[in-house]
Amino acid sequence: MSTPAPQGVSLGRRLSNGGATVFAVGAAILVLVPLLAIFAYLLIKGIGSVNVAFLTQTPKPPGEVGGGMANAIVGTGLILAVASVIGLPLGIGSGIYLAEYARNRFGDVIRFTADVLNGVPSIVVGIAVYSLVVVRQKHFSALSGGVALGIMMIPTIARATEEMLLMVPNVVREAAYGLGIPKWRTTLSISLRTASAGVITGCMLAFARVAGETAPLLFTAFGNQFWNLKLNQPTAALSLQVFTYAISPYDDWHKQAWAGALILIVLIVGAVAAVRIATSRGMLKGA
Amino acid sequence: MGVGIEVRGLNAWYGKNQALQSIDMTVPANHVTAVIGPSGCGKSTFVRCLNRMHETIPEARADGSVKVGEMDVYGDGSDPVEVRRRIGMVFQKPNPFPTMSIYGNVAAGLKLNGFRNRKQMDELVERSLKLAALWEEVKDNLHKKSGASLSGGQQQRLCIARALAVEPEVLLMDEPASALDPISTSKIEELIFQLKQHYTVVIVTHNMQQAARVAELTGFFLMGSLIEYDKTEKIFTTPADKRTEDYVTGRFG
Repeated sequence: MSTPAPQGVSLGRRLSNGGATVFAVGAAILVLVPLLAIFAYLLIKGIGSVNVAFLTQTPKPPGEVGGGMANAIVGTGLILAVASVIGLPLGIGSGIYLAEYARNRFGDVIRFTADVLNGVPSIVVGIAVYSLVVVRQKHFSALSGGVALGIMMIPTIARATEEMLLMVPNVVREAAYGLGIPKWRTTLSISLRTASAGVITGCMLAFARVAGETAPLLFTAFGNQFWNLKLNQPTAALSLQVFTYAISPYDDWHKQAWAGALILIVLIVGAVAAVRIATSRGMLKGA
Repeated sequence: MGVGIEVRGLNAWYGKNQALQSIDMTVPANHVTAVIGPSGCGKSTFVRCLNRMHETIPEARADGSVKVGEMDVYGDGSDPVEVRRRIGMVFQKPNPFPTMSIYGNVAAGLKLNGFRNRKQMDELVERSLKLAALWEEVKDNLHKKSGASLSGGQQQRLCIARALAVEPEVLLMDEPASALDPISTSKIEELIFQLKQHYTVVIVTHNMQQAARVAELTGFFLMGSLIEYDKTEKIFTTPADKRTEDYVTGRFG
């Protein structure tokens, strides 16, 4: 496990080297344990209720056995699509602004604001969107759910984009300026591209984080027992459905809640993995 | 073809620090001109003022007159982006675009300036890589290998090819071989010698032998001033100024 120490190195150094290695490996394993444990537990509890009906049908009324969460799966997709349309461009855009243009007081203010927004409890974001969107629209909607999640994505993506752009060596920018490439073009086609792996990771983290959010959807997307594909109508979401079913008194719903949680995790992991594969393939295709 | 450069009364600052003091210098077309001097003498600042790269550093500014051919670099309405397109630059450390292939690196200046003709681009990329003496080494891997996967010396020649692809009239080189091994250095020097047929080359170097090998004219900078500017032979054999003599004979710097 530890690196073999050459002859003549003192016992103390060898011991501390070994100790540090054991500690680092142990810490890494400890990080993996909860993740694997959660996944294994979900699999055990949930896999029994995952079947074709679960993936293709809408929920049955209480008391009836069967039914599924197809509408919630689609609803989650719809809400996340809206959230991404809002969160990705605004997050990446403000990250670019912070890194490339706002190395000043105003930038510090934005940076601080983003960090505070990152720490705002998700239910507070839900309430804010409720009063800003839902009250005005006069009903719950997929759109408002997407807005709430989108807002939550922005600070994470903005700060990640900024950090990644700052890691792009300045000599790379200079090379582009030296070729007579304008600053905006350099930023988009050179700096952002050089930082793209990290920026995409930041986006995926933000996406995965909000994909499982429940609180901000309680009074925005609200949930729905039926199919809905309209942006301005209440919409089911997996996280909401899991929440509702888990606190219900019915055994059958409890099982479905486990299955819903399992599907939610599989979808998030699947989406992140798909983006990873797609981007790593496209990475070295020349300009 | 290259064009000449006329510098008159050029001053440059970093914040309140004056880095260049009223430089006058005439660089003839299709010659290699070397700029030498001890560290911090302003030689890098000087070439960075020629294509307005100096002002990309926060709080840096410059004034005075620089004419490159017909172009008034610091004139009213002069666009720094346009200036840099016509005056290419090669930097001290090889800086290929890390995510791009070899082809992508050379074509970057063209592509990102809106050049779309694929066939012509292929030709320009080939021509530039040949001029930079890199073609034979990379022609089979143009699209497969990334620019960053080349060796340091190859990367620097890639950067030269990249600068040449946009067809500048002047090529500025800021210590282009200082991060390279002797073999790569001699390749770059040979290359500089070839390049003057097509371009006017200004090269900053802290290596006096290098200046003597590649340049017809040499300017000696000290503490932000141009002390002496003459034929390279003269600078190295019978300099007019005592400070130049002290420097080239190795008494300081």
